This record gives sequence, structure tokens and C-alpha cells, in this order.
Amino acid sequence: MQGSANPNRKLTLKLLAATVAMFGFGFALVPLYDVMCDALGINGKTNTESALQPQGMVPDTSRLIRVEFMAHRNQGIPWSFEPKQTSMDVHPGQVIQTAYFAQNLSANEIVGQAVPSVSPGLGATYFNKIECFCFNQQPLAGQGEAEMPLIFYIEPDIPDSIHTLTLSYTLYDITQKAGESLEVAQVNMTKGSSDPLQGATE
Amino acid sequence: MKTSKPELAENIKSAPAADADLSRASSATLVDEHDHHEAPKGITRWLYSTNHKDIGTLYLWFSFIMFLTGGAMAMIIRAELFQPGLQLVEPQFFNQMTTVHGLIMVFGAVMPAFTGLANWMIPMMIGAPDMALPRMNNLSFWILPFAFLILIASLFTEGGGPDFGWTFYAPLSTTYGPDSTALFVFSVHIMGISSIMGAINVIVTIVNMRAPGMTWFKMPMFVWTWLITAFLLIAVMPVLAGAVTMILTDKYFGTSFFDAAGGGDPVMFQHIFWFFGHPEVYIMILPSFGIVSAIIPAFSGKKLFGYHSMVYATCSIALLSFLVWAHHMFTTGMPVFAELFFMYCTMLIAVPTGVKVFNWVATMWRGAMTFETPMLFAIAFIILFTIGGFSGLMLAIVPADFQYHDTYFVVAHFHYVLVSGAVFSIMAAAYYWLPKWTGHMYDHKLSLWHFWCSVISVNVLFFPMHFLGLAGMPRRIPDYAIQFADVNQIVSIGGFAFGLSQLIFLWLVIKCIRGGEKAKARSWERAEGLEWTVPSPAPHHTFSTPPKVD
Repeated sequence: MQGSANPNRKLTLKLLAATVAMFGFGFALVPLYDVMCDALGINGKTNTESALQPQGMVPDTSRLIRVEFMAHRNQGIPWSFEPKQTSMDVHPGQVIQTAYFAQNLSANEIVGQAVPSVSPGLGATYFNKIECFCFNQQPLAGQGEAEMPLIFYIEPDIPDSIHTLTLSYTLYDITQKAGESLEVAQVNMTKGSSDPLQGATE
Repeated sequence: MKTSKPELAENIKSAPAADADLSRASSATLVDEHDHHEAPKGITRWLYSTNHKDIGTLYLWFSFIMFLTGGAMAMIIRAELFQPGLQLVEPQFFNQMTTVHGLIMVFGAVMPAFTGLANWMIPMMIGAPDMALPRMNNLSFWILPFAFLILIASLFTEGGGPDFGWTFYAPLSTTYGPDSTALFVFSVHIMGISSIMGAINVIVTIVNMRAPGMTWFKMPMFVWTWLITAFLLIAVMPVLAGAVTMILTDKYFGTSFFDAAGGGDPVMFQHIFWFFGHPEVYIMILPSFGIVSAIIPAFSGKKLFGYHSMVYATCSIALLSFLVWAHHMFTTGMPVFAELFFMYCTMLIAVPTGVKVFNWVATMWRGAMTFETPMLFAIAFIILFTIGGFSGLMLAIVPADFQYHDTYFVVAHFHYVLVSGAVFSIMAAAYYWLPKWTGHMYDHKLSLWHFWCSVISVNVLFFPMHFLGLAGMPRRIPDYAIQFADVNQIVSIGGFAFGLSQLIFLWLVIKCIRGGEKAKARSWERAEGLEWTVPSPAPHHTFSTPPKVD
């Protein structure tokens, strides 16, 4: 009995360990997914922390790339949200400043979070944001409005095949998730149309 | 087998080598060392059973009940789609029907049927006295009814049951999911645990319990395909468990795995789901390959052509299944090189699958074929599964997939491989081994009725769906543009006919259990394998002494 139970037990335990490992692997896919997207520059994800202002970068004046700006509101957020300019032609290497406007149309305070995406996806790695409102949560008091700055440049070595980059922001209502951090943010927030993101303007 | 020798040695004195001529009664009198050599009576026989045959029977009946339940839901779907407009059910209920129909058929009908067949046949095919882990076997079956009870009960909760498709894409199942989503998650957890335990049992049985002389390359194809399937199950069912857990925490505990606002990504859900989902579709077809590889030679009077290549082809299909998941997501906006990679990998699977199909055809080639019902179902399987395989190849072509994606073409494709593929092979298996299970031959005429009704209606049901899809009818909708009305009517009629045809099978099985012409030990003259060396019906305990395999 002992003799037959042992190999069975051994193999069963090995297979159970494999099961647990695969369960872990399922969760490991989450960071792995981001790493892969990052490494391969796919998925249209842009940098989530501010890129450094490049030193000695020479704009490539021989090329013009059209950058289109889009704004989407995720279902349910009662804000108006639009780009200052819907498109502009820029030289790769040129540092550009523009902005998005947001207004809270409701009477209540709402915390918004903009999530960017660049199309075509392979262009995302060449699109660097030095400053972006998407790096932070954006709280707005009832009827409050804000001009939200965006400073970016396109790397000069962007492939010739890319003529147009579309930068699309989707605005999410994260008031519930922001929770306590809302109160902290309110302290820093100035009323009306002034800029809540200090240091963003040049 | 070296590993199981000591226990088997214990039993040798009490049981003679099983022999084709041994009657059930005499084998029962000869084995008397343990207390339960005859099947115990009453309900506890089933509740407490650790016998692989009883548990196999439970699995098979459970799967058939689920097949009829999921089928009834399909009837509701087809009744609603009989005409354009909304007639019978609300759109939300319609969505619940498509979702639960899919879940029940995948996890409740096809997978348990294969596990039931594995339980019944694998120990008998490899000359083992039982499954290696009989108590776990009991547990893995008995949690299954509860999983489906929870799932079906969720339909009756306020807000309804799952209505996001069996693929439960986020955010449909998170932000927009019904309140009962937690019930769905728990039922999937239980189904997963059940099939993982089943898979572990199969692997341990095959690795440790083979009779002396039953070397790897003497194992029947059904055993091989199940061994590989079991490894696939262990590799991907935990990933599914992870995916539903993430859905659970996203919906109820404020995590953001699939919520872009919190830094997650809904597209990632599809990657995780299909990393499970694609191997899953092979889990539902590899055992079919094993069944057909057993039946075709038995009715062609020839050995299986290219046995070794069959084994290697099965292995390569299993390995490739981990490299193709993103072909379900071509339209999510992948980079071109990724689309090309997944397209070519997907097409590559046609090679080992083609090896199998050609091997079956080569087995039949110039064989002395007879056309008993298992053979009819097996031949129908080869032809119709191949049609499903070809439409799969069409779907693999990226530019074409952009047209076919989420249309009835996809519905036609996976029903060809799952209904006229997996389900037909299960029917073939049932007809092939029913005499061994019941000890009676079934009503041959009735079985022909079942076959011809099924094979005609399944094509009336699913073939026109290709045209609906090419013409642009989207899947998972309760209403459609009127130009699709005529074809949908034909499809629905095919659906009702196919559904009713399965009642013939139910009647046939009941009739066969109750009586009929007595089956011989080797119920089919030219069938090969150890299962045919034990009497019919197979005694409660077989191969207490390992058989000699040469």
C-alpha cells in the first residue's frame, strides 16, 4: 500500500504545485503585459511619468508630422472636455505646448482622470510628454473649469512611415476611487479657470 | 508497471486474470477480499462512490442532462431568432441565454462528458484496477452539480444571471455586469477546481498505473490524447481562475486590472482570457481525436495508420495552442507584426491537424469498412470537423477576419467544431462503448434514426450560418435586419430538429440499459484494446490483477 501511495502522492503534489504556479502565472500576466507593451512599444501607451526636456535635441525641420488631439468622456462623467486645438503640424524634436479645457457641468465635485492613447500604436514610443495633466488626477469643483497643460515633443528618429499621430484622451470619473485623496487635492485647487497643476506652465 | 506493483500484488491471490469468457458472476465470487466488490445498492452507491465506472457513469449522465439544459436554452435563442423583431424574450434575457448556453455546453456538457469517458475507459484501456486517486475522483464529480446549480440559480436572481457572453469580456462583466456576477465567478471557480482535479487524476493514473508491458507507445490514442488534454487543463484552468478572480475584485473590491481609469487595460482581459481560451478549445477536441482514432480502425479492419505521427501531431497541436490566442482579438488594434505572427502560428496548426485527418482517411483507405453507428458518427465527425477546421483557417486570415469577426460566421465555425466535432465524437464514443457499459446491444434501427436526424439537422442548423455571417449578421443579438429572416428561419428549423433528435438518443440509452440483445465481451468483432477483454457489462472491478500486455 505504502509503495503504491508514494509515487501517486509525489506526482499529485507536483501537479498541484504546477496548478498553483499557473494560478500565479495568470496574475503575473498583468505586469508582464505592461512590460511587453513597453518593451515592444505596442498598445499605444505613452509615458506615464514626465519625460526630461531633451538636451541639445535638434528639431528636424525637414519633416512635418500632423498631431491630432481628441477628447472622449467615459460614460457618465458630466464634464465638457476638449482640446485647445484639434490638430497641429510639428517638426520632430520641437517642444510643443498646448492644452485641454475641462469644465465640470454638475454641481458636485468630481475627480477626473484622463488616460492617453496614441494611434498608430507603434508611434507611441516616439511621443514623449514632458508635462501632462494625465499624470495627475484632476479634481474640479461644481461648475469649476480648468485649462490643463500638455507639453510634448516627438523624437526625431520617428520612422518616416508615420505622418500623423493621433493623441486621444479618455476622461474617467474616479471620484469614488479617489476617495480621501480628493480632500487633499481640494486644498491645492484654485477656483475658476486658474491652473491647478503648478509648475506645468513655463 | 513498477510503481503500482505492491498494491496489485496484494490482489493477485484474490482475482484471476480477467478473461474474455469470464462471466460477471464468476468474477464476483472469485474476488472476495475487499468488502465492496459488487456495486453497493441505493443512493449511497453514487454519493460515496470511489469506483471509476460509477463515477464515469455519473459524469456521463450529468453531462447529458447539461447538454439537454444548454440545448433548451439554445431552443429559446433559436425561437426568438425565428423572426426579426422581438417576440418571445427580452433582449437582456436573450443575452443571459447566449451566455449560459455557452457556459453550460463548454463546462457542463463537453468537458464532463470527456471526463466521464476518461473515468470509464482509461483504467480499462491501460489495465489498471481503478483511477489512481479515487476519493478525489468522487469529490471532483460531486462539486460539479453545485457549480451549475449556482450558475443556473443566478438566472433567477434580481437583475438576472450573467449576460456578458461566455467570454465575459471586461467591462461587460465588471462595470456593466449584473449583481449576480459573483455567483458566476464562484461557479466558474468550482468548475475549474473540478476539472483540475479530474486532470490530475488522469495524469497520475496514466503515469503510475499502467499494466506491465503497457509502454508509452502501446497506449491507445484515447489515453494519449487525454494525457495531453490533462496537461493542458492544468496549464490553463488556473489562468481562467485568475481571470475570474480579477473580474471579481474589479467589480466588488475596487481593483483596476481591467479599468483604464485606474491604470488597467480592458484589452488585457482578452489576452488573459484567450490565453486560457484557446488551449481550452483543444481541451474540447483532443479527446475526440482519441475516440475517433479508436473507432475508425475497429470498423475498417486495419490498424490505425501512423500511430506515432498521431501522438506527435497531438503534442504539437497542444504546444501550438499556447501561441495563437491573439487570433481571437485581431480587431483590437494589434501591430501588424503581431497579427502576422498569430496568423501564421494559427495556420501552422492546420499541419498537425491535417496529419490526423489524413491518417484517419488512410486508415479507412482500402479497409473492409462496415458502417455501424459509432463508425457513422466517426465519419461524420471527420467530414464536419474538417469543414469547421477550414472555416477556422478562413478566420485565421487577418484581413478576412476583420469582416468575419463577431458575425454568425464565427458561430458557424465553432459550432461545426464543437457540435459536429466534439459532440458527435462523444456520441460515437457512447455508441461504441455502450455495449461494454450496459451489457446490451442498443436498438440499431433507433440509432440509425438518431444518426441521420442529427447529421442532417446539424447541417441545416449550422451551415446557413456561414452565409448569415458573410452577409454581415452579428452574433449575440436578439433582433436582426429583415434580409436575414429567411435564412434564420431555416436555421431555427434545423435547430429544433437537432434538439428533438437528441431525445431519440435519450430514449435509446434508457432502452439499452433496461435490456436488449446480450453484448459479447468483444462487442465489435474487430475492436482492439484491453477494454474488450473484460466481460460486458464490465464488472464493478476489472483488472484487479494486471493483464499481460505484449
